[in-house]
Amino acid sequence: MAIVDPARARRAPEPWNDPAAIPYVRIENVVKRFSDFSAVNDISLNIYRGELFALLGGSGSGKTTLLRMLAGFETPSEGRILIDGVDMAGVPPYDRPVNMMFQSYALFPHMNVEQNIAFGLKQDGLPKPQIAERVGAILDMVQMSQFAKRKPHQLSGGQRQRVALARALVKQPKLLLLDEPLAALDKKLREQTQFELMTIQEKVGITFVMVTHDQEEAMTMASRIAVMDRGEIVQVGTPNEIYEYPNSRFVADFIGSVNMYEGRLVEDESDHVVIDSPALGGTVYVDHGVSAAPGANVWLAIRPEKIKVSRTRPAGTHNITRGKVRDIGYLGDVSNYYVTLQSGETMEATLPNLVRLAEPAVLWDEEVWLSWEAENAIVLTS
Amino acid sequence: MARPARAYLSGEESRVVGFAEGLHLRLLQFAPYRGTIALGRRVGITGARFVIAIPYVWLLLFFLTPFLIVLAISFATPTEMVPPFSFTAFADGAINLAEAVGKYLFLFSDSLYVSAYLSSLRIAAISTVLTLLIGYPLAYGIARTSDRWRVPLLMLVILPFWTSFLIRIYAWIGILGETGLLNQVLQGIGLLDRPLSLLGTEWAIFFGIVYAYLPFMVLPLYATLEKMDLSLLEAASDLGARPFRAFLTVTLPLSLPGVLAGCMLVFIPAVGEFVIPDLLGGSETLMIGKVLSDEFFLNRDWPLASAVAVTMLVILVLPIVLFQRLRARQAEGEG
Repeated sequence: MAIVDPARARRAPEPWNDPAAIPYVRIENVVKRFSDFSAVNDISLNIYRGELFALLGGSGSGKTTLLRMLAGFETPSEGRILIDGVDMAGVPPYDRPVNMMFQSYALFPHMNVEQNIAFGLKQDGLPKPQIAERVGAILDMVQMSQFAKRKPHQLSGGQRQRVALARALVKQPKLLLLDEPLAALDKKLREQTQFELMTIQEKVGITFVMVTHDQEEAMTMASRIAVMDRGEIVQVGTPNEIYEYPNSRFVADFIGSVNMYEGRLVEDESDHVVIDSPALGGTVYVDHGVSAAPGANVWLAIRPEKIKVSRTRPAGTHNITRGKVRDIGYLGDVSNYYVTLQSGETMEATLPNLVRLAEPAVLWDEEVWLSWEAENAIVLTS
Repeated sequence: MARPARAYLSGEESRVVGFAEGLHLRLLQFAPYRGTIALGRRVGITGARFVIAIPYVWLLLFFLTPFLIVLAISFATPTEMVPPFSFTAFADGAINLAEAVGKYLFLFSDSLYVSAYLSSLRIAAISTVLTLLIGYPLAYGIARTSDRWRVPLLMLVILPFWTSFLIRIYAWIGILGETGLLNQVLQGIGLLDRPLSLLGTEWAIFFGIVYAYLPFMVLPLYATLEKMDLSLLEAASDLGARPFRAFLTVTLPLSLPGVLAGCMLVFIPAVGEFVIPDLLGGSETLMIGKVLSDEFFLNRDWPLASAVAVTMLVILVLPIVLFQRLRARQAEGEG
């Protein structure tokens, strides 16, 4: 097992930006049709060696079907899948260099932890001492050595998750597939396990492809995310790109919270655009160009944490609007302010609660000014 | 301490109740019903206990009582009167032990009974294995077929029950006879030049038992196979197990409770089977059910027949107890 220095791995290069890099997993124009609908609709995707790639989407987005095609449980109706340069068409699951961690974990209930993990190695006909050695090593890695003789039903959810991970990892697959790996854990454990999974992934250097509906999980763990909707990939990018530069209303709305308003492009320069938005009661200045003609209908997306709230009118001429505080959601670390604008639309602003026991900066029914920097608004054309 | 004022709608008005509970609430208005309930409560009988008690009372009346009568008769002495036994061994206040348990001693000294027991166990065991070999693929096939076909296929397994057991066994005489259907077909397609004489042999009994008890094997097997988590098979395949290996290492061990239940349901009644060996087996096959019936009806030796029955029960209780133990251990294991 290649041990990669975690510190170095965290500063991993970005092969997807390197045109010379050869993708490790290539998904080429893959379509999966079931009798009455197509679950996956012409998807092409390149995944690079050592990535922790997340397929993110709601139910029915086709993410699980795509994962199951990688595992070999479903065959693509069209297109092909290559793993490390080998076409996987016609290769049954038991001959693929791929292992999967199931959402239900699918641990064999009649075998103990050790037997569960050894199962895959036994299928390969490895000699017994070697099996014992590798099982022991992987049990150490997931810190389950003291539970080796337990049956799955004698373990907690978190322990089962570790066994499932160990069982999938022990064969050192070229590709590890994780189907909602943390969905069955409670919130606290989930957060802790996220980082453990990442550390293990960096340690073993295996390429992970993970399916999740939880955007926080994908943002925290993934090197890149593919956002999926109705069988198609809407956007592929790093968590940062997906959040700050969504390419569509769907992505902007699906990842995090966002304020979204309709507007009309009135001025289109290469370094800035001006948008007339009746919802915001005036024009909005955005300091990046867009690929749309003046007069086109566009949408303006602004993240709540990028909005400033003040009692007095801030300096400047652009990107300022007024409203009345309708609701305040106190979350402890931050508070969400829901402000009704003069147009009747709502704008959500998130402010950190920096001082303990402080009176809220702004109270209910107060008239406030809302403003944002020109660089923080996103113009969306679809 | 003052009770807090009720803040919400009172329970009687707001609660949605089921049919039985609604009936109960309505009946509470009538004094006799109220009285019965109150009386029941006082002696510790609640509604739930009452419902559970019904099958127990049933078993007590119609299973345990007859068995106790049989047990008593097995210690009696045969006579020529009606009923054909008397308790002379207990007549003088002192128990004549030799006379009371004499039948049991006789059972073990006469080789007829011992070999009848052994032959019954052997025939039942072979039939059970054959039923399992046929029933397992059948149950597996039904459990893995599409939802649309599962119910019709299960219905076909149960369908023979709609005809009388006796008639179905008679039908096998027609099938297995020298000029029967089976021989005609086999000779017709040229596989045989002389008819097989199956009827009156042990093979005919195997045919009969496998046929008659197949549903008892298929149904518990189907139940365990059907509820098996299919992602376990995917996991096995994912980890490199070919379909047959996956079956041997995952499906088969996980279906053992069903295998065991099916085998018990076939083996236990097959040991005491009377009709099938009597109709299909002819005179040379010895089974304890036939011996039992001969003792009762031909020899009119009720005490000896009762002793045969009690001994058979004891022999069969052993595997049942073992089975229950195993079940309990498994239940514990599944926690």
